[in-house]
Amino acid sequence: MVAFIARRFLYVVPVLLAVSLLTFLIASLLPGDLAYVILGDQATPEKVAALRHDMGLDQPLWWRYLSWLGHVLQGDLGRSFRTGQTVLQAVSERIPVSFELMLMAEFIGLLIGVPVAIACAARAGSAFDRFMTGSAFAMLSMPSFLVAILLIYLFAVELHWLPATGYVPFTEEPLANLRFFVLPALTLALAEWPGIMRVLRSDMIATLQEDYIALAKAKGLKPSRILFVHALKPSSLTLVTVTGINIGRLLGGTLIVESIFALPGIGRLLVGAIYTRDLVILQGVVLLVACGFVIVNFIVDMLYAVLDPRIRHGHA
Amino acid sequence: MSPPLLTIEDVAVELPTPRGDLRAVDHVDLSLEPGRTLGIVGESGCGKTMLSRAILQLLPKKAKLSGRVMFDGRDLVRLAPESLRRLRARDLAVVFQDPMTSLNPVLTIGTQLMETIQEHLELDVPAARKRSIELLAAVGIPAPEQRLAQYPHQCSGGMRQRIAIAIALSCEPKLLIADEPTTALDVTIQAQILDLLAREQRRRHMAMIIITHDLGVVAGRADEVAVMYAGRVVERAPTQALFKRMHMPYTEALLAAIPKLETAPHTPLPAISGRPPDPTRPLKGCSFAPRCRYAAGRCHAAKPELKSAEISGHLYACFHPIQMAEGMSA
Repeated sequence: MVAFIARRFLYVVPVLLAVSLLTFLIASLLPGDLAYVILGDQATPEKVAALRHDMGLDQPLWWRYLSWLGHVLQGDLGRSFRTGQTVLQAVSERIPVSFELMLMAEFIGLLIGVPVAIACAARAGSAFDRFMTGSAFAMLSMPSFLVAILLIYLFAVELHWLPATGYVPFTEEPLANLRFFVLPALTLALAEWPGIMRVLRSDMIATLQEDYIALAKAKGLKPSRILFVHALKPSSLTLVTVTGINIGRLLGGTLIVESIFALPGIGRLLVGAIYTRDLVILQGVVLLVACGFVIVNFIVDMLYAVLDPRIRHGHA
Repeated sequence: MSPPLLTIEDVAVELPTPRGDLRAVDHVDLSLEPGRTLGIVGESGCGKTMLSRAILQLLPKKAKLSGRVMFDGRDLVRLAPESLRRLRARDLAVVFQDPMTSLNPVLTIGTQLMETIQEHLELDVPAARKRSIELLAAVGIPAPEQRLAQYPHQCSGGMRQRIAIAIALSCEPKLLIADEPTTALDVTIQAQILDLLAREQRRRHMAMIIITHDLGVVAGRADEVAVMYAGRVVERAPTQALFKRMHMPYTEALLAAIPKLETAPHTPLPAISGRPPDPTRPLKGCSFAPRCRYAAGRCHAAKPELKSAEISGHLYACFHPIQMAEGMSA
């Protein structure tokens, strides 16, 4: 198992390097000179040249990448020239919001998707299965801003059950905090569960055809044990992959949902950085989000090994 | 003779396919007494596996089953699912063909054995564990205690089939159905597995159905043999009587298709020419007629019924049974 983790980790290092290079290139190759952005379009060429020299912008690209990478490796991702905040400060302020939203959305998504998938697979082709598969497809095709507006209209405007927008930290008012998160998390979950359900359903249907399921039946096991112990575990590899990708994506914040519900998460930070051309923040946040994504996928790989002993023992 | 443990009466299985209904099992009658062995022999697609699934009530959902499967006084076809579930493993067990796919890859061998025992016998975990170790030892697994914590992929094919047999034997069934139990195994292991099954059968006084495409497998091991072709039983006889004198040309052809040690090298094997009939388009006459070297006009026009030969218990379905003074030797 230790060897397996070490082997997997060796894959992560080059991926992270590639991510840092791409992030750097995106920020550097964007049109417009950072010095002009800072000084405004009234700046004299001399002042621009001086600032470019101070910031190292007159150095060759590879040199700038290496010196940026060197700083990053020491934990210095730079500082916003607009707010003076460091990237790490800005991100650590907002990551709890995006993290909480991700957790709740993924939790609700799995809570709907997994039982529906199992129920559909157990009765594949039945009226229930066809109805749920159809509903999932309909949900999948609904854009999240539309779902968000419908939910706000129903639960906030009509029923007054939940607040439409806003945020308080969990540490100050836990209950109010959770109430603020229900609608945005539900909006995301309604987009998540169809994918979860479809992937798990088709894997389950395939697994239920296996000889070992026939043997489990021949052994006279209870139907629930056959479904949850014999069929669910070998069917959940793709589910874990999809969940991992979802988590990675939601960790990076959700631009639309965070904006609609006025949640101060990573997504809003990114949108702000793009509007104000705050390239240092943009570059730092993208790098951190990408790293988070890679780490989540590393954890997913570990989970494969937990789920399937053949991977653990290096047979597959 | 004791009353039969299993009586199959007029069992037919139809599978819907895009090309029409496929008659996989065509009105089969069989019976088996406690402690005895029945061999069901036939080539791929003859319906032998579907017949075994019909007995086990493990047919695909879409399959249509008719007839009666009387087991120990109860009709399994009409038994409530819960009663059927309780009867499985305790009374009716199975060993499948391919041990590579019949064990769950993500559960330990111990789990797969113990869950069966704990489901049907009222044993606590230590007792179920002890019984599992005994079972693994009985089927010839070395170091059975260590095996409990291992996964199927850590065992060889022969080892896995022994484990599958241990699972099948775990609740002392009255009937064990072994569906091609050695087909997926190395030749060197096949005899070992068959001997193991025979030994455990004698020890537990268990009835057994061995399903195989190889007449050689049932030759010394079954009390009675039923030969199936195109979903029907075409010949059925006590094993000795069958090998002494087979009546049905198909049985003869099946036996001739087995390579023999004494034949000279490079002799072509007398394979059965042609293919089995399309089961979605049943023939009017004998299903074997198009491939049969004895077939005459009547064979193509009408279906021969199973009828008794001179020896009691020997049935065959043929208009032109083989007229040989002495039978062929296996």
